[in-house]
Amino acid sequence: MTTMLNRNFLSKKRRRQIKGGGKPQWRQRRVLPGLPLTLGLSVTYLSLIVLLPLSTAFVESAGMGWREFVQAAFSPRVMAAYKLTFGVALAAALLNAVFGLLVAWVLTRYQFPGRRLIDALVDLPFALPTAVAGIALTAIYARNGWMGSWLDPLGIKVAFTPLGIGVALVFIGLPFVVRTLQPVIEELDAELEEAAAMLGASRWTTFRRVIFPLLLPALLTGFALAFARGIGEYGSVVFISGNMPGKTEIAPLLIVTNLEQYDYAGATAIAVVMLLASFLLLLAINLLQRWSRRRIGHS
Amino acid sequence: MSIQANNISKHFGATCALNDVSLKVKKGHLTALVGPSGSGKTTLLRILAGLENPDPGGGELLFHGEDVSGLPVQKRRVGMVFQHYALFRHLTVEQNIGFGLSVRDRSERPSRKAIRDKARELLSLVQLEGLGSRLPQQLSGGQRQRVALARALAIEPRILLLDEPFGALDAKVRKDLRRWLRQFHEEVRLTTVFVTHDQEEALELADEVVVMSNASVAQVGTPQEVFDRPSSPFVIEFMGNVNRLESGYWPRESDADASSPQPHLHPDTDGIHSREVKPRDPLYVRPHDIEIRPADEDGTLPARVLHIFSAGSVGRVTLERIRTHEILEAEVSRSELDELNIGAGDAVGIRFRHIRLFARNAEGQQEIVEKEKTAVRFTEE
Repeated sequence: MTTMLNRNFLSKKRRRQIKGGGKPQWRQRRVLPGLPLTLGLSVTYLSLIVLLPLSTAFVESAGMGWREFVQAAFSPRVMAAYKLTFGVALAAALLNAVFGLLVAWVLTRYQFPGRRLIDALVDLPFALPTAVAGIALTAIYARNGWMGSWLDPLGIKVAFTPLGIGVALVFIGLPFVVRTLQPVIEELDAELEEAAAMLGASRWTTFRRVIFPLLLPALLTGFALAFARGIGEYGSVVFISGNMPGKTEIAPLLIVTNLEQYDYAGATAIAVVMLLASFLLLLAINLLQRWSRRRIGHS
Repeated sequence: MSIQANNISKHFGATCALNDVSLKVKKGHLTALVGPSGSGKTTLLRILAGLENPDPGGGELLFHGEDVSGLPVQKRRVGMVFQHYALFRHLTVEQNIGFGLSVRDRSERPSRKAIRDKARELLSLVQLEGLGSRLPQQLSGGQRQRVALARALAIEPRILLLDEPFGALDAKVRKDLRRWLRQFHEEVRLTTVFVTHDQEEALELADEVVVMSNASVAQVGTPQEVFDRPSSPFVIEFMGNVNRLESGYWPRESDADASSPQPHLHPDTDGIHSREVKPRDPLYVRPHDIEIRPADEDGTLPARVLHIFSAGSVGRVTLERIRTHEILEAEVSRSELDELNIGAGDAVGIRFRHIRLFARNAEGQQEIVEKEKTAVRFTEE
């Protein structure tokens, strides 16, 4: 409150005097040393590792004419791939948000035999080479596989359909949701639930009105991570999808296909569109997260 | 609403948190559960709240004569203020206070406007008018606590429980809130139980004090009773400052056989049945019952001044008894201290105005024996 008052009612000069003897603030000695060095290192590192490769995509595609770019990036086949990629990734991330929350809750809140084993299993999709996951899932869900042979008579086809892609993305994305939620659930104050119960709230009401709002920011983070991973996922999908153009062909596969045909410009054009789309989506999720975080009192 | 707990026990695994505890809280009283950590006071409070179930078999818990031990937390209508307040940080102050009403079944739920009006009314009761739209983290500790209190009161509880209500506050706010809570209690007259480890808080605030030790109740009484007539060495040591003298005295009445290694208190003059007070049974003297006299005055024990704290309303003098090296704390008024004109290292004589010691009665229970100074004789005299 006082700082706000200072800001509003004092002259610039006076404010500066209050802050630090007339010197501009950045000139003051900081308590933690090494800001220029660490900041410099971080920026350089991020530039080399993240920014440089990404900008190459833009530079490469900039070499194309507008027409060529549109043709490469927005042809019907590519558009179908975008829709499939973003659509299935979204669906898978939503499903993961629901069941990931459940898994994280069970693993954190309850003690039962085998809990640690299951907890360790959650990380497997992180560690397993995605191609292995793809092959395994295809084997299970193919018409003659364990699950496939049960589902096929019911008219449900998994392998070589968008549903199969969804299965792969659910598998890949689960640990993101579980691992972001676990520490937050662990830190939930048991007193909050007790307080709600003493005020007459049932278990379900307590979850809905007290616990869920507190978990929401972390849930959104997990969702965003799973979603982003789903958009970019390649290895596990190519086996189970069957890669039928316009039907089960995902955008990352198109990029690889273009690369294999030495059509670098075409590949980067698709990459740029995906990059921008992903960026906008993640930005939206981040804003949502900031809003929910502020609601629960983290600024 | 009165509370009666009969023969409540509670074990957590092998550890016993409450051992056959019985408790009566009178309607409209403010009762303190006080004891060191691990004495079971918080467990008892949580059992009253319904957050913990007592061990099955035997125990019963009655609110105004009605057995509530089978009643789930949600139905008990008990208001509780948690130590760290447990405010819902994603809800505004007003929403926090209205929470209890807004989660009722639709048929019993007041309208939104009624809930808001109730929240505002409670906010003004706890003197926080106008802060309804703030979030909890925008409030100070003392304000948060009052919001928690208002939230607990919104459901019109039958009893109110407070867990370490001042534990998380700094000294100044603590004092103010203590006074405020006492006044508040006078106004609402709700049967209230609070837990504290601070004996001063218990003595100053409560109508009745329940001293707990080692999973059981050590003494129940008004603050005056607990302070003046503690039932055991534990209570006298826990409730208020006291000096403990281990050795070197015997009762006056046994002057005749002063050479006897095991002197007796005289049964008739003591008003308790015959038993022995061994020279090793401790004596207790409150700091304000120590009189500091010039050295070698008749009838005093020789002592040495170690330290004088005079920055306070009373002067506190740390003394060392020469013969036994026991350290004693004495409280002397400031004017008396000036008159004495002593400094660290000076030799003085001390006298006790009032001495307490504990002895077993016929039933083998420990009982307090109070003595004027003349009743006990020290070996130096």
